[in-house]
Amino acid sequence: MAEKLLEVDDLHVQFATEDGIVHAVDGVSFELERGKVLGIVGESGSGKSVTAMTLLGLTRGVNAQFEGRIEYKGEDLLTMSEAELRRFRGRELAMIFQDPMTSLNPVYKVGKQIGEAIRTHEDIDSRTTRNRVVQLLRQVGIPHPEERVDDYPHQFSGGMRQRAMIAMALANNPDVLIADEPTTALDVTIQAQIIELIGRLKDEFNSSVILITHDLGVVADVADDIAVMYAGRIVEYGTKRQLFYDPQHPYTWGLLGSIPRLDRPKPDRLASIPGSPPSLINLPQGCKFRPRCPHAFAKCIEHPPLENRVAGTPPHLDRCWLTVEEKRDLRDLTIHGEAAA
Amino acid sequence: MSSNGPLVETIHLKKYFPIKQGLLQREVARVHAVDDVTLQVFEGETVGLVGESGCGKSTLGRTIVRLLEPTEGDVQFEGHSIAKLGRRALQPLRREMQMVFQDPYASLNPRKRVGSIIDGPMKIHRTAGKKDRRKRVQELLEIVGLSPEHYNRFPHEFSGGQRQRIGVARALALRPKLIVADEPVSALDVSIQAQMINLLEELQNDFKLTYLFIAHDLGVVRHVSDRIAVMYLGKLVELSPAEELYTRPIMPYTEALLSAVPIPDPDLSEQRHRIVLEGDVPSPIYPPSGCRFHPRCRYATEICSQVEPPLADYGNGHLAACHHPLNVDAQTLQRVAVAPETPRAADETALPEDSSGDSTPVPSG
Amino acid sequence: MLTFIARRVIGMIFVLIAVSFLVFVIFIVVPGGDPATRIAGKNANDQLIENIRHTWGFDQPFYEQYWIMMKKTFSGELVSYTNQTNVAQEIKAGIPATFSLAIGAAMIWLFWGIVVGIVAAVNAGRSTDRLVTILALVGISMPVFWLGIIVRYYLAEGGLVTWFPDGEYVPFTTSPSQWFYHLILPWGVLAVLFIGFYGRVLRSNILDTINEDYVRTARAKGLNPRRVMLSHVLRNSLIPIVTLFGLDFAAVLGGGAILTETVFDLHGVGQYAAQSIGSFDLPPIMGVTLFGAFFIVLFNTIVDFVYAFLDPRIRPT
Repeated sequence: MAEKLLEVDDLHVQFATEDGIVHAVDGVSFELERGKVLGIVGESGSGKSVTAMTLLGLTRGVNAQFEGRIEYKGEDLLTMSEAELRRFRGRELAMIFQDPMTSLNPVYKVGKQIGEAIRTHEDIDSRTTRNRVVQLLRQVGIPHPEERVDDYPHQFSGGMRQRAMIAMALANNPDVLIADEPTTALDVTIQAQIIELIGRLKDEFNSSVILITHDLGVVADVADDIAVMYAGRIVEYGTKRQLFYDPQHPYTWGLLGSIPRLDRPKPDRLASIPGSPPSLINLPQGCKFRPRCPHAFAKCIEHPPLENRVAGTPPHLDRCWLTVEEKRDLRDLTIHGEAAA
Repeated sequence: MSSNGPLVETIHLKKYFPIKQGLLQREVARVHAVDDVTLQVFEGETVGLVGESGCGKSTLGRTIVRLLEPTEGDVQFEGHSIAKLGRRALQPLRREMQMVFQDPYASLNPRKRVGSIIDGPMKIHRTAGKKDRRKRVQELLEIVGLSPEHYNRFPHEFSGGQRQRIGVARALALRPKLIVADEPVSALDVSIQAQMINLLEELQNDFKLTYLFIAHDLGVVRHVSDRIAVMYLGKLVELSPAEELYTRPIMPYTEALLSAVPIPDPDLSEQRHRIVLEGDVPSPIYPPSGCRFHPRCRYATEICSQVEPPLADYGNGHLAACHHPLNVDAQTLQRVAVAPETPRAADETALPEDSSGDSTPVPSG
Repeated sequence: MLTFIARRVIGMIFVLIAVSFLVFVIFIVVPGGDPATRIAGKNANDQLIENIRHTWGFDQPFYEQYWIMMKKTFSGELVSYTNQTNVAQEIKAGIPATFSLAIGAAMIWLFWGIVVGIVAAVNAGRSTDRLVTILALVGISMPVFWLGIIVRYYLAEGGLVTWFPDGEYVPFTTSPSQWFYHLILPWGVLAVLFIGFYGRVLRSNILDTINEDYVRTARAKGLNPRRVMLSHVLRNSLIPIVTLFGLDFAAVLGGGAILTETVFDLHGVGQYAAQSIGSFDLPPIMGVTLFGAFFIVLFNTIVDFVYAFLDPRIRPT
């Protein structure tokens, strides 16, 4: 039984805006074990990025309200003071973001910025720091690191910048690396390189990873467990195999169906999910997915669905009123459309 | 108007962007965005154009509709050369070719109402009177799946997917024959992407449209295209009927590209032999010599760095530019003929010189 | 590097030629009276005027006149039409006052402009920000000539209170303390305008920069807020201020603070310019304009150079 590093329990995040209260995260719970990769999948407005940033306290502000618990090695990160939380940021918990082009300060050398991450948490001299930075760059696969350490961000390509960001995040050997859409802005061949690197992190750095993405293909590759988010909630949560081979929630079916697959014959029409993601200010009553769900029925509007758990480690959860038998019948039809018949 | 010739074609099209320096702004280098591309698009078909950043696909699309001026070479529409037409002469042709852009947030003027945006092209080309135009706009809104009552709303009141639909409505306003769609779904959520793709296919059937579909997502491109063209650093490196590209890629770059696409299936993903390319895409300012892909190609040999491979026809409309083509049997290799689109290649030997009779290098997974 | 400098020097020469030519043409074209008549004085007769016209070369074709004037300018022989004083010497005499005004005011406005910008940005949306913004707007809106006169009227000798001297410039060499004392009001009045402006610009830059992705990265690394502000936010927000400052400073240095100098009677280059324009006297106008243009072009070059230093994405061209 692997060590449990992070446990998020019923997290709620709300932002007060001019137009009303945005319920960005509406009761999210998950766990992360050492050496594992958790994929959080969702589209815009699903709350996945807000969840990730809240782990590090980056969403704190006058307009933000939080509820729930984020337990890391026994301490609650959500209620910790800002000063205490800073000890963890960049050290035990590190984060990389979506757009490598803008995530590095253009006026400082790359080596200096990575060095800054180290020296914020450790008191060491510049020579040692530099050596460590060069070593880190080498480990993430940047060629000629002794020279590139003195380059500026604009002299790096997109893929290289993302590697540099990963190096910066790994500088202090974090236990948890949170990667928020790390490959979305990159070309597909570069994406493959970065995904491979993230996969290696488990082994070489003994880091656990929370990988946030909208791309199911990416999590199929590197994730161990996957949580699917919609409108601020987790609608399905299980192991990778459970999610792809035994999905329980209509939204998951919809996602799986909308992807044009290279490994299957071409369908006449892509199975799409009608409508668009809901406004987080005026959430629909009952089940949040109901307006777009092809299988909605009366109960769906009355109550938000409770969790169905299938035991296991982790348990396979979903939030849907359909019975297991109903799901089995509807699933293939939803995912594959007419082709399945 | 012939139904045999292509609707639009580019002939040795080149588009270079100069890099100027110095007091007198002398040209010191050029970005070889599109470097000698010959491509035909036939009426009613969808040609997918794929490649990574810097390959020139967007530039090619824009040059075809004359949003950019060609540096060299020709663009022909229905058999007539349009590359050098003046503004006046080009005007009526603009009705036949329209574009849909990538960013639904940037391609609509935020200060204009939606009705006015869709109306714009008709107004400019004076195709109808005010009342008729209004009717047509409402018609178009319905066609793309939006409510005609939203005529007076502003773009920011719509979601990304809806905005993209507005862009499509605008493109359809003049009943064009050709639509160049430049990454029309890349900025959309996955579930919305599927809606948009279905819509575009419907529209193609209903209005007999021809698409040049530019994208970087190979799954999307496979779904919509009849034929697919792969570009790399300004060159057309492979052209093939859609299905065949995925089952029989000939050019190693295509093979690597396909192998890099993530598959949403854990077992398949694990079993698959992933080819991970080393390094980055080189700069289009100083492209590599010979075959532009050779620095990253695992099959590259000396000839690859010296001689640029011509686009050769491997049968069934499948063309590829490579000295060591994959998935080609011995017979085909022998009879491979140089494609008529590249007459200058007739001077070079059609057969790769050092192919020691061993016709199929490592097959792809 | 050398090409950069060479290119800039050539550029400067072209600019100065163009400026001088433009001044000359304007002077010829604008009706303002015949310089010969003015030089001749009150009791002139036609013959005298004619002689003067010939001696001074006003009867020559204008491009000849231009050429002669340029020669005189660069050999330091340019002489005023009104009072036959040597223009170069007059300008030289005015430099200490102008430079003292410019440098002092610049330091004040740069410092306080930055402070105002930071305070407003850090308190954005709250009452402090609004207060500071209003003060900045007031500062920008008050015309220098009005403010200068008001200040002189009320705060200087002969006014309501006698805290400050009533204008005039005292050279540093004569008395440092008096020099300082006499410059306080002019410095303040000149700086007020710029403080407001710079504060607003910096505030806006900071608010933009705070939302940049790399600031988020800095926070995610665990940096404390002060370090985030100093190292990442300010460092980037100040870059546009550098450009602004370079040009504003150049203008004031080159005698551009005409109103301030005149209101406080400092007898600097700017005041000299005002007088010459008032008497429509071409040689001093030419001299002062070229003087000012020189500084602008010089600082333009310096700013470009410094900019490349501050932002590694820019290379000096």
